Amino acid sequence: MNMHIDNDLTRRDLLKGGGALIVGFSLAGGTLTARAARGDVAGPPDPSTVDTWIAIHADNTATIYFGKCELGQGNTTGLLQIAGEELDMGMHQLKAVRLDTNVTPNQGATSSSSSIHRGGPQLRAAAAEARQALIALASVKIGVQTGSLTVRDGVVSVDGENGGRSVRYGELIGDKPFDVKFTGTAPQKPINRYRLVGTSVPRVDIPEKAAGTYTHMQHLRVPNMLHGRVVLPRGQRAYGAGAKPLSVDESSIRDIAGARIVRKGDFVGVVAEREWDAVKAAAALKVTWQDGPEMTGNATLFQKMRSEKTTDTVIADWGDLVKGAKEAVHFASATHYCPYQGHLPFAPNCAIADVGPNGAHVMSSTQDVYNARSMLATVLGISADKVRVQYYEGSGTFGRSCYEDAAQAAAIMSQAAGRPVRVQYMRWDEHGWDNYGPAHLADVSAGTDQNGNLVMYEYHGWQHGWTVTSTVQDISTQKKGVERAGGTNSITVNPMSTGSMYKVANRRVVSHAVPMEGYLRGAALRSPLDLSFAFASEQVIDQLAHANRMDPLEFRRRNIGDKRWLGVLNAAAEAAKWQPRVMASSLSDADVVTGRGIGLGTHHVSYGAAVADIEVNKRTGNIVALRVYAAMDCGLTVNPALVENQIEGQVIQSVSRVLKEEVLFDKNSVTSLDWSTYPILRFAEHPTVVPIVVQRMDEPSTGAGEEVMGATTAAVANAFFDATGVRLQQFPMTPVRVLDALRRRSADAL
Amino acid sequence: MADFNIMVNGMVRSVGATPDTPLLYVLTNEYELKGPRFGCGLAQCGSCSVLVEGVETRSCVTPVSNVVGKSVTTLEGLPALYAQQKGLTQAPAMHPLQQAFIDQQAMHCGYCYNGMTIKGSELLAQNPKPTEAQIRAHMNGHLCRCGTYPRIMKSIQLASAKMAGETR
Repeated sequence: MNMHIDNDLTRRDLLKGGGALIVGFSLAGGTLTARAARGDVAGPPDPSTVDTWIAIHADNTATIYFGKCELGQGNTTGLLQIAGEELDMGMHQLKAVRLDTNVTPNQGATSSSSSIHRGGPQLRAAAAEARQALIALASVKIGVQTGSLTVRDGVVSVDGENGGRSVRYGELIGDKPFDVKFTGTAPQKPINRYRLVGTSVPRVDIPEKAAGTYTHMQHLRVPNMLHGRVVLPRGQRAYGAGAKPLSVDESSIRDIAGARIVRKGDFVGVVAEREWDAVKAAAALKVTWQDGPEMTGNATLFQKMRSEKTTDTVIADWGDLVKGAKEAVHFASATHYCPYQGHLPFAPNCAIADVGPNGAHVMSSTQDVYNARSMLATVLGISADKVRVQYYEGSGTFGRSCYEDAAQAAAIMSQAAGRPVRVQYMRWDEHGWDNYGPAHLADVSAGTDQNGNLVMYEYHGWQHGWTVTSTVQDISTQKKGVERAGGTNSITVNPMSTGSMYKVANRRVVSHAVPMEGYLRGAALRSPLDLSFAFASEQVIDQLAHANRMDPLEFRRRNIGDKRWLGVLNAAAEAAKWQPRVMASSLSDADVVTGRGIGLGTHHVSYGAAVADIEVNKRTGNIVALRVYAAMDCGLTVNPALVENQIEGQVIQSVSRVLKEEVLFDKNSVTSLDWSTYPILRFAEHPTVVPIVVQRMDEPSTGAGEEVMGATTAAVANAFFDATGVRLQQFPMTPVRVLDALRRRSADAL
Repeated sequence: MADFNIMVNGMVRSVGATPDTPLLYVLTNEYELKGPRFGCGLAQCGSCSVLVEGVETRSCVTPVSNVVGKSVTTLEGLPALYAQQKGLTQAPAMHPLQQAFIDQQAMHCGYCYNGMTIKGSELLAQNPKPTEAQIRAHMNGHLCRCGTYPRIMKSIQLASAKMAGETR
């Protein structure tokens, strides 16, 4: 199982390089050039040369090098489709390699659903350049003009010569470098000739995942390694307080054979030969931690956020709200409360580091190998080109969980121990020290004229920002954590999720940035804050539909100007066989009632709409999502089946987040430390999901990994109103909150 | 430290461990198996599941000393166990549920699928034609963070149908 170097060996083997150098014939100049074998020097490799992206082998297969990692979303398959399309090669001829700072190009983090959206065009251009070079070689070889050549499955043949002259890519270039620079002029295939892009090819990673032979990061073992565990307080304290050990009682683990303590700055870890000994030592080690400043706990969180001195940014400011308010006949306004939520990958993060005098080799599930390399260099106090980071898929991470922490902890402990160290975060480490999706507070108000046309919309949102450093970096270097651009450049309210889908002349969106100090550590969590924005915004829109005594679908149709928003809205409604009616117009006295709701939302690109059918038990307060119909338009959908699968995952996760998920913390620390103190949607509770892909071959491909989550959240919230006639303006919509809302409604009626 | 003879996937092997060592660490580090895997260490998620005498068991909280003399089946041994249960002369490459997961393109990251496969195969062995409600109830102790429950449901139903065909 020691497969940590499979990448390197494969590459060496493929390039037929016997040592550090291989010799290749330059196709461009015909000159003999010596070059380092791929993987031998620190990257990133030059993105403006085709060889960085594509290697064609003698057996007429290709290796495609890209910088976007497989997170279980299937982007490897989609990116191979894009490359295969331009190269005119079949999926069976293509393979990808794992991301590696010595091997793969730097395409930035695999975040914000950017693989196909931003990574795809780069790869398409590289493949087009490669194809152009290959066609030129074939033209010389066959003696026919390039315009008369056709390629299928990597075989170049002459037009009209059925079974006539042909040559395989592998014969033209097999395992030799292209030495071709990007000209930027290589023609790309017209969309109407696509054969591979736009089709639902099966995912390349699934057979091994089903067989149980796939190597997740957690499976990896290297020779001579130690097992390491971090030692942290159970649950993080106020952001900025870090984790300061006042004393470490070494005698507390004296009985555990071979267990050693590693300290660096405030970092405390343990290593042992045997994994169970490391687990036991981390649990047994007595550390006295310095108390952090008092936090609000969940109870008064939102009061504190509202009372902060914030840095305000006007995100959108159209028309004149005062004028809009004068025109308005129907108003709706409400305050909404949205929780901290966790990434919490199903497998806590894991990493292996081997740090020696010549540098560091780190295997990690980071979403950004190059950024991880820089962070590791800082932590280890060595230069970035001495650090090599290889990516191994962990379990679904959905943003910046503790992967950098695990990698840095492994590196610190390896540096100290002089041996490779494997660090596996424990469940409570991952739950308690996550970089949480921040809490959000929203005041939304909107109004329509007497015909149901929106005339004003106002959104004020409060939230703190994200860290760019990690816990282990902060505590081991004893430096204050760094926030992603504070103040007006901090994380702001997303205008795409707050009313931008509607025609409204007078609209104002204001983001109130709360300082992070004293709150919890924040970072981007899948569809960052969009669930909160949509929960708030789309409920107010629904309130207005109700105030106008209009069907909420018809109300939205009336107020949408964009055909793509209308497209997803109609697609979801049609799939759900939507029957027009005013919401909450047929309330039942039964204990168990049903409701249906609709919602819109997105992240920064693409379009999402959802219809949800839910059941509410008014006696227990329990909500069950029965069915969700969710539609997404992400432009040209490279692989519709893959996007359907992404939609399903987003729906289930959104239902989990709107009904169940909330990070709990008290005055001292986070208390959500496992799956019982942070429950997520369980198997028995999952809704049936009907995913709908709105294919638009004529539009550029945009992200598909998070854009229907806001819509789903909003649809569930609106369905609750339909079922009960009561608005629930705080999520998760737990039984306690449901019963409380129903009780308040009954009290109002008296 | 003591030596324990444990039978994993039909093979008896002696492993050195303290009696309290969870079976999971023996399977992953001594046997170097990829099926059972760490998820919570608290028996909350089902990531580490194995079959002990055919019964789904959380290996992360089961001391190795508890399985001495018992038959442990991991994901790796599931096709052989299935062949034995069905009286097939040869073990298939995969359990029908694993093939159904591929047919349904079910997983995202795939990490929870060790547990999903073990638990789903246990259900199908006990109840070859489970209803949707029975599947929901039986699988409820296994978590998936990527949100693939609907396809796991369909895969179990598909495997059930295929297995019924096989025995006819």
